[in-house]
Amino acid sequence: MGAIFRREVRSYFTSPIGYIFIAAFFAYAGLMFSSDSLNSGYAKMDSMFSSLLTILIVLIPILTMRTISEEKRTRTDQCLLTAPVSLGGIVTGKFLAAFLVYTAAVSITAVMAVVVSIYGEPDWNVIVGNIVALLLLGGAFIAIGIFCSSFTESQVVAAVISFIVLIAVSFLSTIGGLLPALDEGHWYTKVIEGIRTALEKISFGERYIEFTYGIFNFSNVIFFISAVAAFLFLTVRVLEKRRWS
Amino acid sequence: MIEVINLSKHYGDKKAVNNISFKAEDGEVLGFLGPNGAGKSTTMNILTGYISCTAGKALIDGIDILEDPVKAKKNIGYLPEIPPLYLDMTVKEYLYFIYDLKKCKLPKISHLQDICSLVKIDHVYDRLIKNLSKGYKQRVGLAQALVGNPKVLILDEPTVGLDPKQIIEIRTLIRKLGKNHTVILSSHILSEVQAVCDRIVVINEGRVVANDTEENLSHKLTGDNKFICKIDGKKDSVMRLIQSIDGVDKVYCDAEHKNDICDYRIESFEGKEIRYELFNKMAQNGFTILELRSAEMNLEDIFLKLTMGEAIPALEESNNYEEAEN
Repeated sequence: MGAIFRREVRSYFTSPIGYIFIAAFFAYAGLMFSSDSLNSGYAKMDSMFSSLLTILIVLIPILTMRTISEEKRTRTDQCLLTAPVSLGGIVTGKFLAAFLVYTAAVSITAVMAVVVSIYGEPDWNVIVGNIVALLLLGGAFIAIGIFCSSFTESQVVAAVISFIVLIAVSFLSTIGGLLPALDEGHWYTKVIEGIRTALEKISFGERYIEFTYGIFNFSNVIFFISAVAAFLFLTVRVLEKRRWS
Repeated sequence: MIEVINLSKHYGDKKAVNNISFKAEDGEVLGFLGPNGAGKSTTMNILTGYISCTAGKALIDGIDILEDPVKAKKNIGYLPEIPPLYLDMTVKEYLYFIYDLKKCKLPKISHLQDICSLVKIDHVYDRLIKNLSKGYKQRVGLAQALVGNPKVLILDEPTVGLDPKQIIEIRTLIRKLGKNHTVILSSHILSEVQAVCDRIVVINEGRVVANDTEENLSHKLTGDNKFICKIDGKKDSVMRLIQSIDGVDKVYCDAEHKNDICDYRIESFEGKEIRYELFNKMAQNGFTILELRSAEMNLEDIFLKLTMGEAIPALEESNNYEEAEN
């Protein structure tokens, strides 16, 4: 696992991907920060944090698209899968490497918080909560991206699939909102209500936005951690399945 | 060291590997020979744990590759058909990575240096793999398999795409490695298997069709009792003379050359020595034996015979023709 982690981190920074990812994140976060906090003289950073959700949907697929697809295409997976390492170790190593690059990008928000504290009095609890939430959300997105990358040999296809999946999981509650609101009395009103609530509960966006309101709900933390574990587990199963087919 | 028991692999309806069994002992170089698509790579991929088998077992040093993959894989160095190289790394970085990946315990720097000088890649140690030629990439692939000094080396067509000089070098190297490792080598190049391997497993359409040393194989297929003889003399008289020799079963005329020189194929009864009498009779009648050799098949013939089924149509037909003539 350690060897794979180190190789992955190294390859992020010997190829342009790591730099592009971090630079794009810095640029977007900087733009949002200056318009929402600096220019409007506002000591809170919640609107910046909530707008970062959108850029993650675009950027995370770029970070994760090549993780497994590229190994398959160049046949280097033969080297990993025939080495004395478990599949879990391989997938975890790749996840941690992507997560490290992501953390490097997210670290800029801490710098912004320091800038705010020079001119105003930010609520540190909320800001720390927001950074934790951003890391959790990103972790879950990375796990989904790696999972999508395990289906194909093409980086582009992997990126597109993860992009679509990330949009879907982020805006599940919006999809729920599109369901027709019906009068009481119809027998299926309850069913539609049920579906709407379920979609809201599993909507990544909904759970993330709650953090930016300053609500540190522990069940949301558990939700994101479970999502990471679930998608990494599914990735292992996809690799395992390919071996058996 | 390696034991394969009734191994099968099906892709849907297609049987890529069909119930094969073989063994490779310690320090043996085993050649895996077969036409393209015979199931060589599939078998190797199963042995190394890259894919699983549908039925049967593969044991590496007594450990089932499916039951304890991590432990079994520690004993294997694998060079797949396409060397699994990260093109964006230098040779050094790549070998360091493989060393860590295999959780190697040997002293890192000296171990990797030994390998590099063995496969002669020391002078490209700091170059990016993507800038190396095909031959060097193949060597780096081989170096990768050697990291950790595994007991078993599995090499899938290791000389493919190399120039003749490199091929000879790699073969010599494999011979050398065979002294300390058990090597399984696949190839569709017959001379390679002949040059390098102690024992040959011929595989065709997913089945083992032969498993023996090269000598035994050719023995089995031709036996001791067939000779090719080139004689200068009138064909009919020569044929009659040969047939009159005690112990001769059949005689065919294989080819007629200029000036009454013909090639004869002589089959004797098992255990009968006919060569002395043949020589004497020909000499007495003034016929000259220009050539006399045992009709053992070479690997090419064996391979064709085994992979195309018993009957090689063209050969068989000409035999019948000649027999009828006699």
